[in-house]
Amino acid sequence: MNLNATLFAQLIVFFILAWVTMQFVWPPIVKALDERAQKIADGLAAADKAKTDLANAEKKAVDELKKARESAAELRAGAEKQGTQIVEEARAEAARIVSAAREAAEAEAGVAAQRAREALREQVATLAVAGAEKILRKEINAQAHADLLAQLKSEL
Amino acid sequence: MSNVTEAAANAAEHAGPTAGEYIVHHLTHLNSTGHPQTSIVDFSVINLDTLFWSISLGLLTIFILWLAARKATSGVPGRFQGFIELMVEMVADQAKGIIHSEESRKFVAPMALTVFIWVFLMNAMDFIPVDLIPLLWQTASGDHHAYMRVVATADLNAALGMSLGVLLLCLYYNVKIKGAGGWIHELFTAPFGSHPALYPVNFAMQLIEFAAKTISHGMRLFGNMYAGELVFMLIALLGAAWGASGATGPMLFVGHVLAGSIWAIFHILIVVLQAFIFMMLALVYIGQAHEGH
Repeated sequence: MNLNATLFAQLIVFFILAWVTMQFVWPPIVKALDERAQKIADGLAAADKAKTDLANAEKKAVDELKKARESAAELRAGAEKQGTQIVEEARAEAARIVSAAREAAEAEAGVAAQRAREALREQVATLAVAGAEKILRKEINAQAHADLLAQLKSEL
Repeated sequence: MSNVTEAAANAAEHAGPTAGEYIVHHLTHLNSTGHPQTSIVDFSVINLDTLFWSISLGLLTIFILWLAARKATSGVPGRFQGFIELMVEMVADQAKGIIHSEESRKFVAPMALTVFIWVFLMNAMDFIPVDLIPLLWQTASGDHHAYMRVVATADLNAALGMSLGVLLLCLYYNVKIKGAGGWIHELFTAPFGSHPALYPVNFAMQLIEFAAKTISHGMRLFGNMYAGELVFMLIALLGAAWGASGATGPMLFVGHVLAGSIWAIFHILIVVLQAFIFMMLALVYIGQAHEGH
């Protein structure tokens, strides 16, 4: 427990060691610690940002999907409408063509019937004249009875 | 005194030392005179063993810290790196809480870290068997009575030397922060107030305060380590007696192992705690130097 010069030697060693630590040890370690803390903070911020970005992207994707679905539905409805319209038009056209054909056929049939009727009328007149000739056994002047025959023809 | 010790040592050469001689021998420093110091204060003498262990462990402290500082990067730290950084963080946090001047912390925080690890290592020399290094030294030096104490902090000179260093830092920061005039003003007006009649009382109180802080700072560390070392020696004596005492011999052996284990485990706490307390008090005292009364 005696005091001696070791006291001062220890005092000097104390300051030298503290100085060396201050000069060569403390700054690089503290700098590394601060930098690492900064890095970690940056990393956490980046992770947060990525999370929000992901959420936004997901929301956007859902929106896009919804929009696409809506436009597809719209497109389908339009196409159906157009299809129906085309079918309607085709049906109307077909009906028109059918009716036109029927009219033409009817008209043709009417003309043919008329013609047949005319021909029949001619033949009936002739047959009537011939019949009458046979019945009356006498010559009938066609000229003199033409009016009568014409009248008869129109009555048939 | 010196002749008496030498006579005892000569006698011990033939018969083996008595318990008292053993303890006294182990508590005597290897100094520059080669003889035990006789006067209480003698500044012509220097303790070579304390200096050797203190400087060696100081260099080891710096080397360990430098190893970590050399590889310090902001990347992922290894275990060693992480451990040193843990201590740096701990000391930096303590310093930040106690000393509010960032400029002062540039020196005081590294000082605290150095002191913590240095004092810890010096204290931890207690864990080496008490007779191992003295025996090696006696063999190496060829002098079978050579003195060697390995726990530098169990030397009052080392502990008081460091607390004097803290005192000098306190005085320096007192002047730096408050200015020479401001500090002298405080010396005479605090703690009781600025009345001319109170100046002497205040000044006396301030002197007592500085002296008490410094002496208790050094003495606390010295006392703990000195007592710890002494207990290790007593336990060694307990074990040393086992061969000679017949039937109680094995009991003494068991006692040595048991007491030695318990004290060594308990001493781990004391070693770390005293190093931490020494560092914290250094910070607190220097922090007080930054604040007015």
